[in-house]
Amino acid sequence: MANNGIVIQSSEQVTQREVEKVRTPFLEFCRKFKKQRLAMVAGCFIVLLFLIALIGPAIAPYSSIEPDYENILSPPSMEHLAGTDAFGRDIFSRILEGTRISLFVGLTSVLVGSIAGTVLGLISGYYGKWIDSLIMRFCDVLFAFPGILLAIGIIAILGPGLGNVIIAVAIFSIPIFARIVRSSTLSIKATVFVEAAQSIGAAPRRIIWKHIFPGTVSSIIVYFTMRIGTSILTAASLSFLGLGAQPPSPEWGAMLSSGRDFLNTAPHVTFFPGLAIFITVLAFNLLGDGLRDALDPKLKD
Amino acid sequence: MFRYTVKRLLGIIPILLIVSIFIFMFVHMIPGDPARLVAGPDAGQKDVELVRQQLGLDKPITTQYYTYISNLLQGDLGVSMKTKRPVYDEIAQRFMPTFWLTVWSMAWAIVFGLLIGVISATKRNKWQDYAGMFSAVSGISLPSFWLGLMLIQLFSVKLGWFPTGGSDSWKSYILPSITLGAGVAAVIARFARSSLMEILKEDYIRTGRAKGLKENVVVWRHALKNAMIPVITMTGLQFGFLLGGSIVVETVFSWPGLGRLLIDSVSFRDYPLIQAEMLLFALEFILINLLVDILYGVMNPQIRYK
Amino acid sequence: MNDKLLEISNLKTYFFSDKGHVPAVNGVDLYINKGETLGVVGESGCGKSVTSLSIMRLLTDTPGKVVDGSILFEGRDLLSLSESEIREVRGNEIAMIFQEPMTSLNPVYKIGQQIGEAVQLHLKYDKRKAREHVIKMLKLVGIPRAEEIIDEFPYQLSGGMRQRIMIAMAMSCDPTLLIADEPTTALDVTIQAQILELMRKLKEEKGTAIMLITHDLGVVAEMCDRVVVMYAGKVVEEADVLEIFENPKHPYTKGLLNSVPKLGQKTNRLESIPGNVPNPANMPKGCKFAPRCTQAMDICQEQDPDLLQIADGHQCRCFLYQRELTKEAQ
Repeated sequence: MANNGIVIQSSEQVTQREVEKVRTPFLEFCRKFKKQRLAMVAGCFIVLLFLIALIGPAIAPYSSIEPDYENILSPPSMEHLAGTDAFGRDIFSRILEGTRISLFVGLTSVLVGSIAGTVLGLISGYYGKWIDSLIMRFCDVLFAFPGILLAIGIIAILGPGLGNVIIAVAIFSIPIFARIVRSSTLSIKATVFVEAAQSIGAAPRRIIWKHIFPGTVSSIIVYFTMRIGTSILTAASLSFLGLGAQPPSPEWGAMLSSGRDFLNTAPHVTFFPGLAIFITVLAFNLLGDGLRDALDPKLKD
Repeated sequence: MFRYTVKRLLGIIPILLIVSIFIFMFVHMIPGDPARLVAGPDAGQKDVELVRQQLGLDKPITTQYYTYISNLLQGDLGVSMKTKRPVYDEIAQRFMPTFWLTVWSMAWAIVFGLLIGVISATKRNKWQDYAGMFSAVSGISLPSFWLGLMLIQLFSVKLGWFPTGGSDSWKSYILPSITLGAGVAAVIARFARSSLMEILKEDYIRTGRAKGLKENVVVWRHALKNAMIPVITMTGLQFGFLLGGSIVVETVFSWPGLGRLLIDSVSFRDYPLIQAEMLLFALEFILINLLVDILYGVMNPQIRYK
Repeated sequence: MNDKLLEISNLKTYFFSDKGHVPAVNGVDLYINKGETLGVVGESGCGKSVTSLSIMRLLTDTPGKVVDGSILFEGRDLLSLSESEIREVRGNEIAMIFQEPMTSLNPVYKIGQQIGEAVQLHLKYDKRKAREHVIKMLKLVGIPRAEEIIDEFPYQLSGGMRQRIMIAMAMSCDPTLLIADEPTTALDVTIQAQILELMRKLKEEKGTAIMLITHDLGVVAEMCDRVVVMYAGKVVEEADVLEIFENPKHPYTKGLLNSVPKLGQKTNRLESIPGNVPNPANMPKGCKFAPRCTQAMDICQEQDPDLLQIADGHQCRCFLYQRELTKEAQ
């Protein structure tokens, strides 16, 4: 039956439309993320790492600091999964304890750096003009130094030690976050809904917090995850060079450094801590990759 | 083209200025009295004052800075506190080994990185892609000191193919440059892949295929030149990574270069040396970025006329 | 006597994604005779561009794949050719120009290099002869200062000029069929007229058949000999140009023609077709146009009509004209 001007649809077509799921951005993200199997594995591994960091010392088979002069430099075996070091300490237990240190250093330094960088980026992007130039010049100066060099310089001023390593790594993370947040801010600022908010007289702080910041979150998250990997690497490198954690701390980089003298006779002393660093950083990088692929709508392979 | 270059050159001057101020302030940022730091903890008060006068630390800061800069421009970088030799000599002696290490590392990183990246992009989602990209993400996750030590263990100690350290023969360049280049190769591979994939979606690539060109020609002639533009910029930035990485790699391989010198001087608190080296590294980095900018202008004709 | 240059039968091209597949082209039949200009008309998303890309097999780097059908060009099925064989056809016997002249040329190579490439490849000219040929083509498409332009980069030219370059590139190897996918949509009206004039001139001089894809009925009226109307991945009506404008049969075609206001038409409101083009991922059962059709019948919701001949040279996919079937349904 056709009526002029009125469109008739079968009931089937109507129900078809109702059944269509509502796709919120978050659900889309979850769906896409689940497809990144490697990232999921990496994510689980990281959760495992956090567990180890929390309860590690409790489940470690041996103490990580007590020497055992009977068993110096013994290769991996059933009693000592990763062998023992120059003082007879069980390497596996030390690695477990070192997890806590690495995660702590990685997280804290990037947290501090990202917060500071985000604030600078938001201010710089939103207010523009001289404050933008100032902040960007500051970032340019920090960018003029390769990361680890800047960290070494800061350590040279402050002195060695893990705490200073955290500060150093945080500082050289700042300009990175400032730059990406600034560019996100600039593009969001140009959108119509910000203009609308401004026209009804909303205060800048409110606009920044409610409108601009949420748009920058996805890039921040991706960079955050990847910087954790970088900062763990940098911290380990600094410890390896003698500028970070000092013995007898079971920090992975420091362990490698002390094992270096025995490379010939007992390579396992350097192998396992290095492996720990590698796998941890790999996991964070894979997670970061997965997050980026899931959050970036443009990436459709 | 000329105007573009000049504009870029002028642009780096303010950065250089600020960096030099920053490094100059270095000694003053350390908690404590700089004169005492130089004189040493055992020196008596009179000696400290002597040192203060010698170093001109009693003069106002701006004068000090002026002296510092003018000395710098004349090539006077001070005297090493440890060896008492001029800083300039210490650095000059170690410059070339680091230079060559960096160059070779970058060379093989570019070759391998591009190769892997391009292959991954053209064989997207096939096994070559997955293999390539997994290697790449591993490459950026590897601690360079671990890689170096493992390579030494395998190739120098066990197999005896290469020396364990020093820079005597061409053989001693191989392991250190592989170690140093690995991270950069990985970054280049990832970036080249994504850049090429973006370009392959462009309309003019479709035009190329519509003309009947072979896929090889489309990729290697049309797509690559466009894709390389951002890759080159990014590669320049990677030089910074190399400079930083050389510090660790030189330590691992006992390489007689600037990196190892820096670590030694930091442990010893040899401030004139530290300052000079940091300035040098920063200068190298800034100049390389400048070169990359100019190269970018050569490759992308549109930029020149903007 | 088979005059047909190009004959497409039951072409199906699907787009595959992690959510499933989408039938962008869902059983298209059309043909082009030698030297004639066929207009392919339809709204965005009806599958006309994908049809043209399928002919040239230019679906690499897209999620699209031809899953069924045949495309006969001068008797050969293009879909069964090997990669190297289809490459010989592209740019040589069949050429294509696209909608966006601003992005269709490689920004880092000179104009002469880009046009010369095809010439050197297909006609086997050496560099010098190719350059002469390119200059000749540039002059043919009306580009001033051809000898200088040949050494310039695309970004130095305007949109209209670039589209002329694209035409020069397409015609450089004297193709028998030119596929033009919305060649003037991105250009100003005055430039549009110039480009169409150019295409008409070339057609007359070289006898090239043209498949002109457009959503602009004015262009169709001016340029085309026959017209094919597409909707939701299928052909819904086909006739020669006069017949389509004077005697449209399919409700969609009628709707399209009615929505173009005519001079002297006294009306308060512009007519439009209610509703939207169906989401290819979620096609209605039965006739795809039925939800928007003012003359839809019961059978239209149940079955998809076939494309049948209703008069000499006039085909239509609509139950209104298939009396026997509708009688049975009622």
